[in-house]
Formats: sequence, structure tokens, C-alpha cells
Amino acid sequence: MSSRRSRSRQSSSSRITDDQIYDLVSKLHQLLPELRSRNSDKVSAAKVLQETCNYIRSLHKEVDDLSERLSELLATTDSAQAAIIRSLLMQ
Amino acid sequence: MDLHNLNPSSLKSRFTTRFLRALTEINARKPIASSSSPREIFQRYRRIKDAADTSMAYSVRSRRTWSKATLWRLRTPSHRRRLASFGRRSSLNKTRTTTTASHRGAVVVQITSRGGGLGVQLEELRELVPGGEAMDLCNLLDETAHYIKCLTTQVQVMRTIANLYSLE
Repeated sequence: MSSRRSRSRQSSSSRITDDQIYDLVSKLHQLLPELRSRNSDKVSAAKVLQETCNYIRSLHKEVDDLSERLSELLATTDSAQAAIIRSLLMQ
Repeated sequence: MDLHNLNPSSLKSRFTTRFLRALTEINARKPIASSSSPREIFQRYRRIKDAADTSMAYSVRSRRTWSKATLWRLRTPSHRRRLASFGRRSSLNKTRTTTTASHRGAVVVQITSRGGGLGVQLEELRELVPGGEAMDLCNLLDETAHYIKCLTTQVQVMRTIANLYSLE
């Protein structure tokens, strides 16, 4: 495989077809919670990508919030209670 | 979410096991003072978040570019990361990344105005998905789908654990 180093953006190689891209984009579209309810066969790729970015950002934010919540909970939870919880989960 | 009927080889179960183990370590490492300073809470938050990301990256069965990038980011101290970005403007500096070969020497493809101005969203996506700067379009979309799936699993498990911990 050749490697290219370019400073300017170039158009894509001919190996990737538009159909392939559309398939991948619609596969992504299936995963997004908001767009699933709106049943539309043709969604613009830009909209799907935009929704994807927003969704990933919201997931990151949720991870942050949950981590914060867990760190506060770890500080206050009794250790015996924590052991019970862990044994329940690890059955 | 029913945790008791977990398929033992599923992503969710692998992640849960690793993450709980990491939480135990974090708990044990620092004795829990009844009055934790905000700084301690912040440090614990960082450790928990990194443990969650690391646990998920380890739990994926097929090694993905995003999981490798996550592990690399969390294990490599930042000064070495900057050196390693030679030839590639790191997205940490929030500048436009140039294209270079990824560590496997694959051909990197840049899309400009294909499909009516996808450029901006693609840039955003590259910044959001770990390791996204050096992927071509097909791989980027594929990795994004997998990344989203794993992130939702991670959020589900973390939420359940947090709910369990907050039971009185």
C-alpha cells in the first residue's frame, strides 16, 4: 500500500463507491435514536453525520456525569454495602 | 436492564467485570475519608472515567482502531504524545490535521466536497472518534458505528452501577 502525505485536501480515490458510502451511512443512521422514529428512506448524509456527532457528544457527556456521580457515591457508600452489591453483580 | 441473565461472553458482561474490578481498585487505593475535598473527588472522577474508557477499550473482542487509540491516549503521557505527533498535527491543538499514513501505512483519503459539503461534519467526527484523524472514510464510518455501540453499552452499565450504589 502506498502512503501519501499531502498538505492540501484531495478528492477521494476511485476505490470507494458512492453506494458503499451510502450503505455505511444508512447503517449508522439505524443506530441513532432520534432519526429511527422518523421513517424516511432518503436522509441526507450530512444530516446523519451531524446527528452522529451530536449523539457521540451527548454520550461523552453522560459518561462524564456518571463518572462524577460514581466518584461521589464511592466516597459515601459503606464498604460492606459495596461488597454486597458487587457480589450480587458478579453471580 | 437485567444483569442476572448476562451472557457471560457478551461485551456488556466483559465490560462490567473489568469496570467493577477497576472500581474496587480505585476504592482500595484511597481510603475513603468521610469528608473528601473537592480535589480528591475530582481525582477520583478522573480515575473512574479513565477506568471506564480503558475497560471498554480492553473489552472489545476485535482490536479496533478507536480502542487502540483510546488505550494509547490513556497510557502515554502527554509530552510523549506530542513528540509522537511529528508529521501529523495533533487534534489536541485544535488545528486542522494533515493527512499522513496511519501506523499501518494505509492510504489515507480525504473527502472534500463529495456528497454536497460533508467536509465539516467529517472533521467533527474525526475529532470525536478516537484515532479518527488517520482513518479513511469507509473505516471512519465503520469505526463510528462500533464506537457508538460500545459507548451506549458503557453508559448503560455505568448508570446501572450508579443506581445500585445510590440505593439506601
